[in-house]
Amino acid sequence: MHKKKPKKVFVQGAIPPEKIAHSVANHQSKTSIGAHSIFLGQVRADEVDGKTVTAIDYTAYEEMAEKVFHDIREAAFSKFDITCAHIYHSLGKVKVGELCLFVFTSSAHRKITIEATNFFVEEIKAKVPVFGKEIFEDETHQWKVNK
Amino acid sequence: MKVTVKYFGLVAEAAEKSEEVMEFDGTLTASELKAKCLNGLSITDKESIQIAVNQNLDDKTTLKDGDEVALLPPFAGG
Repeated sequence: MHKKKPKKVFVQGAIPPEKIAHSVANHQSKTSIGAHSIFLGQVRADEVDGKTVTAIDYTAYEEMAEKVFHDIREAAFSKFDITCAHIYHSLGKVKVGELCLFVFTSSAHRKITIEATNFFVEEIKAKVPVFGKEIFEDETHQWKVNK
Repeated sequence: MKVTVKYFGLVAEAAEKSEEVMEFDGTLTASELKAKCLNGLSITDKESIQIAVNQNLDDKTTLKDGDEVALLPPFAGG
């Protein structure tokens, strides 16, 4: 009964830090919640052969990705006793230091939310068709691969 | 038979296009179509390219008229 309708996950560009505070504030009226768990993915300035990454340009097979996000949500809700879950992922250019992934789960108790958030992050990295072009300061690029 | 092929990430870059309609006679499996599409493209690790047919990962299926086939390089979300 707590399952939510599929929501749009993708946002254009970086996820503003204010969105995290705003999301937390939106849950203060839900007083059965005793714990939130948040994962934030931030673009890292990796160094490859002496060149430094300055941004990642994300693209996705959006129709399939939205379906996979939905399946992951369904799996998470049947596996964990969570009250709600929100996922946001960037598309387009995200500069180093900016946020590209925001996973937010809530539950009555901490252990469930921590496990659920971890489940979401691992599933997203493994199963969602998102592609990342790492752009270096000289405008050359390489394609990111999740480890 | 006509199928729409979508290219993403490094595959789109190598193919210099993001989508095309391919027409062929007879039957083809998804992996045979992948081999056809990637033939001649400069992609080092063709094994790493996954195939989705109508938005489900699948390389065994025999293609049907109107299918949407996507060639997906390694995922990099998060």
